Amino acid sequence: MSVGESGVSEFLRSYLTVGWFGIAAVVLAGLLLWVASLVRPSRPGHEKLLTYESGVDPVGEGWSQSQVRYYIFALLFVVFDVEAVFIFPWATQLERYGTFGLVEMGVFVFVLLLGLVYAWRKGVLRWV
Amino acid sequence: MMSVLAVEVPYWGQSLLRVLGGIVAVLLPAGTIVYVFLFKMMSFMQSRLGPMEAGPYGSLQLVAEVGKWLQKEDIIPERADARIFKMAPVVVLVSTFLLIAVVPFGPDAWFTNFEVGIFYALAVSSLSVLGILMAGWASANKYSLLGGLRAAGQLIAYELPMVLAVIGVVIQAGTMNLQQIVVAQNSGSIFGFDGLGNPYILTQFVGFVVFMIAIQAELTQAPFDMPIAESELVSGYMTEYSGFRFLIFFIGEFATAGVFSLLTSVLFLGGWGVPFAWFGWSDVDSVANWMNVAGPIIMITKMMLIAFIIMWVRFSSPRFREDQLQRFAWKVLIPVSLGNIALTSIFKVVM
Repeated sequence: MSVGESGVSEFLRSYLTVGWFGIAAVVLAGLLLWVASLVRPSRPGHEKLLTYESGVDPVGEGWSQSQVRYYIFALLFVVFDVEAVFIFPWATQLERYGTFGLVEMGVFVFVLLLGLVYAWRKGVLRWV
Repeated sequence: MMSVLAVEVPYWGQSLLRVLGGIVAVLLPAGTIVYVFLFKMMSFMQSRLGPMEAGPYGSLQLVAEVGKWLQKEDIIPERADARIFKMAPVVVLVSTFLLIAVVPFGPDAWFTNFEVGIFYALAVSSLSVLGILMAGWASANKYSLLGGLRAAGQLIAYELPMVLAVIGVVIQAGTMNLQQIVVAQNSGSIFGFDGLGNPYILTQFVGFVVFMIAIQAELTQAPFDMPIAESELVSGYMTEYSGFRFLIFFIGEFATAGVFSLLTSVLFLGGWGVPFAWFGWSDVDSVANWMNVAGPIIMITKMMLIAFIIMWVRFSSPRFREDQLQRFAWKVLIPVSLGNIALTSIFKVVM
């Protein structure tokens, strides 16, 4: 794999490739939808464009209020996701840190685990 | 990738080849999984033959299906938020394409070689939930909204066990680079025995099981298919979709299944490699060139194995209830995977 003369680093080129992949997905989907638009019929009608509600006329708004039961789970998720962000770099360097790193991360995970146990005991992990 | 061709390819040519390779690497596993497992295996498990008319043993059924979907009218409900409604399937497909970009297929056959490959993969894989939420919200349909919200809750809950299960692998390999994780497995040894290398399915079995359960939920396959749940929500967030937009969701679903199977085989089954001790290789530079050809074949084989397990579970399990789903993630999988991390790190430091 040769790096070109432009001086763009391998690292940035990787991200450029990722960009190409994203664009490729959009282009592919767009191309297929375009081909489909050439052959598919289009006969819109009021009945056809109604919101589907098992065959009866829709009642009220589609954006109806519904109880979001897991906002506590979302909060817990943020806590643990941040934990994961910290653990990953630590995990790659564990060999270097040895016992010191082990104890440090043990304390860190223990504190977070306390949080989970607290939430558990409080009963928020139940579906209410 | 380029050294196989033994000619100097300009950068734009390399990029083009990569993108074409990426499209093949997304669509080929998706098509294979749909035909072999969804059409044929599911039929055999239900004592029927499945598609038999189009081509020998119905092998051209996929082509027929795509042709059929192309002709279907594209219906966008009056009440729907049309712009978001149209964007949602593309977002799901983009997330799949971004995910395939890190999977290595051979010593030189990779698309990108990120130092933090697995971290990137985990980050990008959660993009698809955006597309699903967009679809659920923009449809302005009660079923879709419920399906989208369920999907968000489920993907959030199972993201954590997945990430935590991967940490065990990262501790063992000492790197987040997927290529080096493959090398570490194939050049490794278990208690001095190197005839098998050290595929992490053997030394990280708990992590493997947790990861498999988590990806089953991330892919919203039964028993974790509440976001779609035909008997409760019609078709969940896809209720209002028809024609080709629905097909893009469908392709995205099975392509993601393929990519996650590829990732699992990289993380736990040794990826593209064979145990290096067989041929006396030591690191990635000493690997023979023919592995660039053999690697993708090995990867596809392992992908089919993993996808087989995913589909097998899908076809034979009833659906969980929503509260059971959350309880299982938070009270079983997360403690288990944290324990796995603790054990792995103690072993790594002590031994």
